[in-house]
Amino acid sequence: MYDKKELDDFKKKKEEWEKECYLQHVKKHSERMKEFTNLSNVNIDSIYTPEDISHLSYDKHIGLPGIYPFLRGIHPTMYRGRLWTMRQFSGFGSAEETNKRYKYLLEHGETGLSVAFDYPTLYGYDTDHPLSRGEFGKCGVAISSLKDMEILFNGIPIDEVTTSMTINGPAAIVWAFYIANAENRGINKKIIGGTIQNDILKEYIAQKSFIFPPEPSMRLIVDTFEYGFKEVPRWNTISISGYHIREAGSTAIQELAFTLGDGVEYVKWAIKRGLKIDDFAPRLSFFFNAHNDFFEEIAKYRAARRIWSQEMKKLGAKKDRSLYMRFHTQTAGCSLTAQQPEINIARVTMQALAAVLGGTQSLHTNSMDEALALPSEKAARIALRTQQIIAEESGVTNTVDPLGGSYYIEWLTDKMVEETYRYFDRVEKLGGVIPAIEKGFYQREIAESAYKYQKEIDDNERFMVGVNKYKMDEPIEIPILKMDEEGEQRQINRLKKLRKNRNNSKADRNLENLRKAAKGNENLMPIILDCVHSYATLGETCGVLREVFGEYTEPAIY
Amino acid sequence: MNDIATKVLNGDQRSIAKLITLAENGSPQAAIEMKKIHSKTGKAYVIGITGVMGSGKSTLIYELTKEYRQKGLKVGIIAIDPTSPFSGGALLGDRIRMMDLATDNGVFIRSMGTRGMLGGLASAVYDVVEILDASGKDIILVETVGVGQAEVDVIKIADTTLVVLVPGLGDSIQTIKAGIMEIADIYIVNKADRSGVEQAVAELQSLIDISCSGKDRKTPVLTTIAKENKGIVELRKEIENHERYLKKSKMFDVKRRKRYESELVEIIRKRLMNFIFDESTFKEKVERLIDQISKKEVDPYTAADEILGKILK
Amino acid sequence: MDQKIRVLVAKPGLDGHDRGAKIVARALRDAGMEVVYTGLHQTAEMIVETAIQEDVNVIGLSLLSGAHMTLFKDVTKLLKEKGLDDVIVIGGGIIPEEDVSDLKKAGVCGVFGPGTHCDDIVEFIRKKVKK
Repeated sequence: MYDKKELDDFKKKKEEWEKECYLQHVKKHSERMKEFTNLSNVNIDSIYTPEDISHLSYDKHIGLPGIYPFLRGIHPTMYRGRLWTMRQFSGFGSAEETNKRYKYLLEHGETGLSVAFDYPTLYGYDTDHPLSRGEFGKCGVAISSLKDMEILFNGIPIDEVTTSMTINGPAAIVWAFYIANAENRGINKKIIGGTIQNDILKEYIAQKSFIFPPEPSMRLIVDTFEYGFKEVPRWNTISISGYHIREAGSTAIQELAFTLGDGVEYVKWAIKRGLKIDDFAPRLSFFFNAHNDFFEEIAKYRAARRIWSQEMKKLGAKKDRSLYMRFHTQTAGCSLTAQQPEINIARVTMQALAAVLGGTQSLHTNSMDEALALPSEKAARIALRTQQIIAEESGVTNTVDPLGGSYYIEWLTDKMVEETYRYFDRVEKLGGVIPAIEKGFYQREIAESAYKYQKEIDDNERFMVGVNKYKMDEPIEIPILKMDEEGEQRQINRLKKLRKNRNNSKADRNLENLRKAAKGNENLMPIILDCVHSYATLGETCGVLREVFGEYTEPAIY
Repeated sequence: MNDIATKVLNGDQRSIAKLITLAENGSPQAAIEMKKIHSKTGKAYVIGITGVMGSGKSTLIYELTKEYRQKGLKVGIIAIDPTSPFSGGALLGDRIRMMDLATDNGVFIRSMGTRGMLGGLASAVYDVVEILDASGKDIILVETVGVGQAEVDVIKIADTTLVVLVPGLGDSIQTIKAGIMEIADIYIVNKADRSGVEQAVAELQSLIDISCSGKDRKTPVLTTIAKENKGIVELRKEIENHERYLKKSKMFDVKRRKRYESELVEIIRKRLMNFIFDESTFKEKVERLIDQISKKEVDPYTAADEILGKILK
Repeated sequence: MDQKIRVLVAKPGLDGHDRGAKIVARALRDAGMEVVYTGLHQTAEMIVETAIQEDVNVIGLSLLSGAHMTLFKDVTKLLKEKGLDDVIVIGGGIIPEEDVSDLKKAGVCGVFGPGTHCDDIVEFIRKKVKK
């Protein structure tokens, strides 16, 4: 990147500086730590200079926004053209309660919806299933049927606002609820927009809300790619996620490498099915974490864009839209503390800023009460305002990729690319993504990083304000969300009524068709939609798939 | 009589568990109770299962247990995992794959750490086999840590030993340590839906042809897909074949005798070591001798002579 | 005598967040305990049966989904019914301060929320089991 003579001169100068200035200074004023490492255990130097990035070619490795390798941004104007979507993940209790919260957030300026489901729903169980006992609505909204979906979006213009749904095992079915609801409201499915998370690989690796074994799960996912491309073209049929991998304790590099590896795997499966890469690739999206090490996170997003475009090119993609990575970011839940919860606002602000400087397309900021309960109204509002302040008051949106060219950032970005490819090689040697999952490779890497991190905190080598430094003994004084105690019983009654009043022979027939189709090879989305339209419940529909596909149990890896 | 031994013979879960704990801890009460139950043992058939990590042992055990349960048999499962030599603790996670058996009254699962024993077994495993046997189990499955050449002690306790392999784990059969290959009464190539299964079976067959030439039983090789419940019925039948073979050839009694020999040796060894290193009066003398060895005032053989001399007197 | 403290670490219900449970399991192992880890999706029956067969001194329940009042109490109730009075039950995860006293009344001896130092759990167990 630099003129050879200038670089050589500089190298000499730097050596001098190191000897005379830096080391002399350190002799008298030692540095605070022996080593400064970031959260991925990369050693960080005291200063970065042109020497550190001289091996990079601006054109090949950094480039300009809007063209390959898209490292500086997927569009030439980024936030100068359009701000990121402010999309707050939320849901709790019954569909009625959550519907109110969605209207509240939209009123206060959020620009996209994001649905959190309760555990029974995530596992494909109705509220009245024995395993759902005690879990109704506790960490998200309970959706057991099309009826609940109708209530959830009652009075919300789903033809104008996009909805992201964090659902994986039963994603195809819940997506069908959404589509069916739109259709019933007279809205053409060709214009509805949104995302289903639908990323089963990271479930096996980290989030653990899998249902079926890998093969049938991948089949279902490719079914959604196919159906989406043909029938719901504005929908992102997958959100390939690193957030949960990070929350489970991985480093930033692992988050990056494992997520992109999963992405490539999905593309390969779709290609194997016979889908054309440029048909489905534009609707693949990603989801990253925004953790504490400010510059590492920014470098991570930039590295992600470069790696993805390279890999997609290798796999044969030609359209620009197939090459660039669009992603949603959520600030790190695991970094927030139950102690002195108000200070979480400062953490979230820092993390959200990193996501914006990294060029995210969509952002969720966590509420200060993250480690205590689901967000109270006030806490959710403050989280939203945090984004709005960054957007309106900080000035960072005035230019694209403002940190581009920083010696540190460019060096770190490239380093993360290098480390990611190292992980790609290791997974390759293990036989690929799914064999690596079965061998417990990812799970072990994550558990190791998680344990190491905890040890560092326990041993006071790493500090968390309020937890092992600047501790205070004080009662929690912020409002904590209270949920409706009667909600569970109401939902159970609603389900009873629904099962009585629907056309049961129609529902049964559709479920039987699903059973037959699941045993074969056809795309299951149309039949799932039939089931859903006839008010077969989530549990019933998922139950058929459970019978045919079986259930997955994971090996014990610590 | 309300003592633990009686309750164990009646199949009481808590008593079985408590007696196992006493045996594991080497408590004096354990010996008292174990003495009462020995005459009631011998009925249970013991199957040892070993194999590298990732071979699907636990799933195989789970499916095999379900198969035995279907035949109306009661099953005991002992799952052994390594104890950390540094902390003395252990992570026992083999149950994870068998959790819906937890509420089946006809199945008893116990996880054990090796607690310093080399060879893949836990010191108290003989006791646990006898306890489960005495409590009415028809089949006892012992899952061991089987990785290298040293982890072959499972043959000391099992009537039938299964060695589980997987195709394409990166090692060809040739490179797997010799010891573990020689102990198999039945080879199982699990995850047989993976590529490389024919090659793995072929390599095994040629190994068997060599090692079993001239013998009257050729070690069978089975393929299974445990997670799909495939090959399990065949496995049960093959185990029954082996049992018949052992009983017909009188090898069964020879093997059992070897097991009791190993058990006796282990009890004696433990008692000796306890006496020498734990009993306070003797321990002081031993510690002094060790100091002298360190200072080169005494050599280890002379020290041993002295210690053993005192005991054997 | 070679006595070890045996601990069952289990996640009741549907919650899939096992980062903490695994770390605690490892920390207890490193403290010399034998830890039976039964993983996700355990019912109260599975947990109690396992506790009986494994003759554990302690049951550690981990839950971050908010269902702790129902599910932890299911376990303590069943333990009482089966007469396992000597088994200590502790819990961790996301458990609001205001629920802790209720859980303690139901038989949960200690609750270890976010920010807990692993040593605190080890010390607590060692003290309680000695009694």
